[in-house]
Amino acid sequence: MLKFILRRLLELIPVLLISITLVFFMVRLAPGGPFTAEKSFTAEAIERLNEHYGLDKPIMVQYGNYLLNLLKGDLGPSFQYPSRSVNDIIKETFPVSLELGALAMLFALFVGLMAGIVASLKPNTLQDHVPMGLAMTGICMPSFVLGPLLILIFGLWLGWFNASGWELPIDRVLPVITLGSAYAAYISRLTRGSMLEVLPSDYIRTARAKGLSEANVIFKHTLKNALLPVVSYLGPATAGILTGSFVVETIFNIPGMGRMFVLAAFNRDYTLILGLVVFFSLLVVAFNAVVDILLGLLNPKLRMHS
Amino acid sequence: MSGHKPQKSSLWADSWKQLRKNHAAIAGLIILTILISASILAPWLTPYSFEEQNLALGASCPSLEHWLGTDTLGRDLFTRLLYGGRTSFLVGFCATVVSLLIGVPYGAISGYSGGKVDSVMMRIVDILYTMPFTILVIILMVVFGRNILLMFGAIGAIQWLVMARIIRGQVLALRKQAFVESAIAIGASRRRIIFKHIIPNVMGIIIVYTTLTIPHVMLMETFLSFLGLGIQPPMSSWGLLIKDGASVMETYPWLLISPALVFSVTLFSMNFLGDGLRDALDPRFSKGRS
Repeated sequence: MLKFILRRLLELIPVLLISITLVFFMVRLAPGGPFTAEKSFTAEAIERLNEHYGLDKPIMVQYGNYLLNLLKGDLGPSFQYPSRSVNDIIKETFPVSLELGALAMLFALFVGLMAGIVASLKPNTLQDHVPMGLAMTGICMPSFVLGPLLILIFGLWLGWFNASGWELPIDRVLPVITLGSAYAAYISRLTRGSMLEVLPSDYIRTARAKGLSEANVIFKHTLKNALLPVVSYLGPATAGILTGSFVVETIFNIPGMGRMFVLAAFNRDYTLILGLVVFFSLLVVAFNAVVDILLGLLNPKLRMHS
Repeated sequence: MSGHKPQKSSLWADSWKQLRKNHAAIAGLIILTILISASILAPWLTPYSFEEQNLALGASCPSLEHWLGTDTLGRDLFTRLLYGGRTSFLVGFCATVVSLLIGVPYGAISGYSGGKVDSVMMRIVDILYTMPFTILVIILMVVFGRNILLMFGAIGAIQWLVMARIIRGQVLALRKQAFVESAIAIGASRRRIIFKHIIPNVMGIIIVYTTLTIPHVMLMETFLSFLGLGIQPPMSSWGLLIKDGASVMETYPWLLISPALVFSVTLFSMNFLGDGLRDALDPRFSKGRS
């Protein structure tokens, strides 16, 4: 098992390196330097700025320096906000995104698992069709459709929530639902599918025959085995929630990392883009590894094969 | 060859028969046909152009002249929805074709070769799969300009991974079958076996996953356009319309509601059709499963 975990962690390195390298060269080889758009700078000032940020050196040297600084955990300065480093910006915005993402994930897991279990217990009845119909709606209502509609209905027309902002606990409700609902929908479909596969097996019949309570049979015996596809979905779901946060934070005006990334993309703040992407990649890739290791722990068969 | 043909057509006929029984899938098919033909026929369906502004009119309520109203620049929303559909469907189809062109041969070669070649090829897919691709697409769009062709390529280049995995699994199962062995026995080349014998046999799966990929791609295009990183005005796209609608929803809610509705209905139809096709064409998935 230790070997499996170690190998999985070692695999992170090439993935990260490929992502960083791709983004670094894409950003650096882009037509137009970071300061050419600013008409207010004189040619001399641009030269000085380039020198200050090391942009006058050959690109391979810049790349080497970037990687070296990265090893020290330094993501460099931001072009748009000269007084703040990329590290500062991440420190400021990440906690907000983390809270939003974690709440959305919890919402998705809780609602998704419940709906999936309820639907699987009486397949092809109303108890199945209603949650699965809702799930289909959730999948077909992406965050940028659902978010504005929720604001319109519950924020503006009914006045139950603020239309945007991130101050009060109640401000979390609409963004979390917007971000989490599509994942709740997928999770409910996965749960239902695997519950239906596990429920007819012999050991469930045995558990029932032993006279265990229905709750015990469902949660302890069936769900444990039906959970595998849900766990393997957590990797892609995290990546999705991360990118989903770009939209949700923009819609609800939440001061998180996702909105920062969109702003940086608009401002062509290349160092900030680069720094945020490195951080995002690290998160996604690390979480994928955690999910894989978790799957390995849950299912010994996987460890053998890979 | 001639003995093979009638069986093949009856497989398609069977699938069609099964699909026809699925009302949701058929409803999806009909709605999609209407939406796609309306998008294609847009110039003949509306007297307005998608960029024609009428600032004097401004944002107006739905009326007889403007069925869905006009946006803040006085552009006819119905017209912009139709042209937006053109963009969204075009991106959806083209990017999916790109993903097929890469994914199908890749998966087929990997699955057919087996052994070391297969494990190396699939390892590459696994590693690529863990990369945060949406972010890379955003950067591509930022760095190299918001160009629609680039978007096809970039989105297609992500989607092929899933396709390659699915095709590989199918081919792996097929290559031990008697018809492949007899093709080898009569000395057919590897290329011929893969492209003439194996790929036609995974056609059903390819169709199913194509219908499931298109909505993913359209979602991505809309997502990018919504963030302002995709299609640029005055061109129209559903993501752009939803974004514009959302920014003025307090005063002109209809500018948000109709594009949001049309986009959701499209996704619904595609998902229902995709699920229906999967039930009809993919024997691994029986009715009861999601």
